[in-house]
Amino acid sequence: MATMRTKNRMLLLGVGLSTASLLLTACGAGSSDNGGGGGGEAEAGEFSFLTNVENTTIPTELETLAGDQCKTAADAMPLKVDTVPQTNLDQQLQLLAGQDALPVQFAAGNAPALTKELAASGNVLDLEATLTDLDVIDQVEPAAIDTIKALYGGFNVLPYQYNVEGIWYNKQLFADNNIEVPETWDDFVAAADTLNTSGVTPLSASGEQGWPLTRLISGYLFSDLGKDALQKVADGEAKLTDPEYVEAAAAVADLGQKGYFGEGVGSIDYDTAINQFLNGKAGMLYMGSWVLANFNDEAANQIGTENIGFMPFPKVEGGAGIDEQYAANVGLPMAISQKAYNEGTGEWLKCITENYGSSALENQGSISGFKVNEEVDVDPLTQTVQETIAGTSESVLWFEALFGTQATTASQTNAAPLVTGSMSPEQFMETVQSALK
Amino acid sequence: MQSVLGDKKALAILLGPALLVYSLVMLVPIIWSMGYTFFSGNAISGFTFAGTDNLTRLFTDPEVRTALSFTVRYAVVITVGQIVMGYLLSLMYVFILKKSSNIIRTLVFFPVVLPTVAVALLFQKMFEIAPQNGLVNSLLNGVGVESVDWFGNASSAFWVIVLMDIWRSMGFYAVLLYAGLVDIPEDMLESARLDGATGWRLIRSIVLPLSMPVLLSSIIFSINGTLKVFDSIVALTNGGPGSSTTPLTLYMFRTSFAFGDYGYGSSIALLLTLLCLIVTIFIFRSSRRDLTKD
Repeated sequence: MATMRTKNRMLLLGVGLSTASLLLTACGAGSSDNGGGGGGEAEAGEFSFLTNVENTTIPTELETLAGDQCKTAADAMPLKVDTVPQTNLDQQLQLLAGQDALPVQFAAGNAPALTKELAASGNVLDLEATLTDLDVIDQVEPAAIDTIKALYGGFNVLPYQYNVEGIWYNKQLFADNNIEVPETWDDFVAAADTLNTSGVTPLSASGEQGWPLTRLISGYLFSDLGKDALQKVADGEAKLTDPEYVEAAAAVADLGQKGYFGEGVGSIDYDTAINQFLNGKAGMLYMGSWVLANFNDEAANQIGTENIGFMPFPKVEGGAGIDEQYAANVGLPMAISQKAYNEGTGEWLKCITENYGSSALENQGSISGFKVNEEVDVDPLTQTVQETIAGTSESVLWFEALFGTQATTASQTNAAPLVTGSMSPEQFMETVQSALK
Repeated sequence: MQSVLGDKKALAILLGPALLVYSLVMLVPIIWSMGYTFFSGNAISGFTFAGTDNLTRLFTDPEVRTALSFTVRYAVVITVGQIVMGYLLSLMYVFILKKSSNIIRTLVFFPVVLPTVAVALLFQKMFEIAPQNGLVNSLLNGVGVESVDWFGNASSAFWVIVLMDIWRSMGFYAVLLYAGLVDIPEDMLESARLDGATGWRLIRSIVLPLSMPVLLSSIIFSINGTLKVFDSIVALTNGGPGSSTTPLTLYMFRTSFAFGDYGYGSSIALLLTLLCLIVTIFIFRSSRRDLTKD
């Protein structure tokens, strides 16, 4: 008996020790991974770049430039790309900034307020002065600079994208179901209903990201209450809990209640949302024009660019908003660390500013805020979007543009519960309002 | 021995290094963090003195209430689940499987060594509804039940977390409690059997009281571990839908590092520490009472 117990104890000790060693190995591997990949810390001699994992356009294009026009800059300072999911970006940036470990170039946070805070603490390079010194400031579209200044309080991010946001629709599905391009919100809901009846998901949206849903709320608000609807909230003149604001959340929640976003919208990530539209399973997609890069990917796009149409946000009847309402922005722009700036970074910046515009348009059909210096042949859809951008004199912002990080998180994480009905429109607006400082 | 311990120099030499290391890695950060509770701001924008604002905010913040209630609910359900399942498994190892329990023990223990993120991904896929049905929804469809959006609803998301965490950790508690059970003298069980005690009677009167110390240690282990849960929830639901499965730890992390408010984050950490302390003291007290009674 005693021997058996000793044996058992030895066995248990063995199990315990092997578990401990396994755990230690696992932890050890984990931490070295973090040290190597997660941080994106600026190392001398590298053009380190931390971006959101969802964005494949900019890293791919920079890699192309590194092997071509920017070869000299890249030889002196090789490009090193690190990624982080967009939902974790804000906290990653704050952690890195707190440790003085920001990479040379990094995706500005989800909330412009964070970039302003980083700029105020001397972490973000003033691009107006730097690009003037480098003599390339005229290579950036003035309209893009104006948009950046309005959002970020100064020219401190690079406009790798210059977008209009609106609703992309599948022309074939619209034609098959005799749907006219909707101009008003009611037409839009009716179109969604028709698509739903025919067994197609009317609207593809990522509830995991949240923002594609809150964009619909802000679109409704701007159209119903006017361009300054959210500025009033930011200034404290109005509250999101006011009935006219709650109405917008209710209108979007209603789309969810009717099942127009399909099943499990909260689990749908960014790529899935786009794929649903590109494989013809969804009729409409609210998205910015950066998505052209995905549309131009022939392997992913099964419906063909000729089958995709682009329309402004439908007008809320009797609303005070502008006609042909598009939201304009610079996507998720990139900032340069002031502390990591050196001559090599200057070379990179100069080269990017001079070449990115034509290179990204030619290779990916992606429209940026940099000037296009070479003649580029683009497909008709990209051209339509370019013309839309050129013809848009008035545009609106997005829902969280003027919010802090806490309200941005509150809004984006609660968007899915809003449309699945587990949160009422009143509760949603109350939660976001109370997170506004 | 006494003369050595009576010598203060010897004591200082023996204890000093350990005390120094302990102070540096444990006490200093704890005190530092408590100091933050009186400030607002972060490492980027600097700190300003906020008095007791952060502490009073704890009582009015609805998010803290939600997170606290989730944390307590989670800790109670998981602790009960882990201990009950662990104990049943250990009883099975000792009394049913006996010497042949090796393989089953290893299999049940296996999820403990898997990385949490891998387990969470596995469960995410199993309970998935979009873009395609996971295993669970496919099975439901197979028997004519419609797919369920497990992660789209607070209560179903909670039960998926519970299922995952119990599955992941019951093997550990089973081994821990098994170690306690094999320590029960065989002659005592033998004599109880001779007295006619079998089955439930044997467990209730002999096995349970004799394994009480290891059972209490397991409960303390479990409740403290579950009150501080972080990784499994971040990986499985990331606190969603909305903030309905956000425990205090995740809210603390977000407040400090995503919302840039170290002071309030530290206040939430303080609340969590007090919670752990109260629970531990309560269990220690009750365990001591039990032992003296016996």
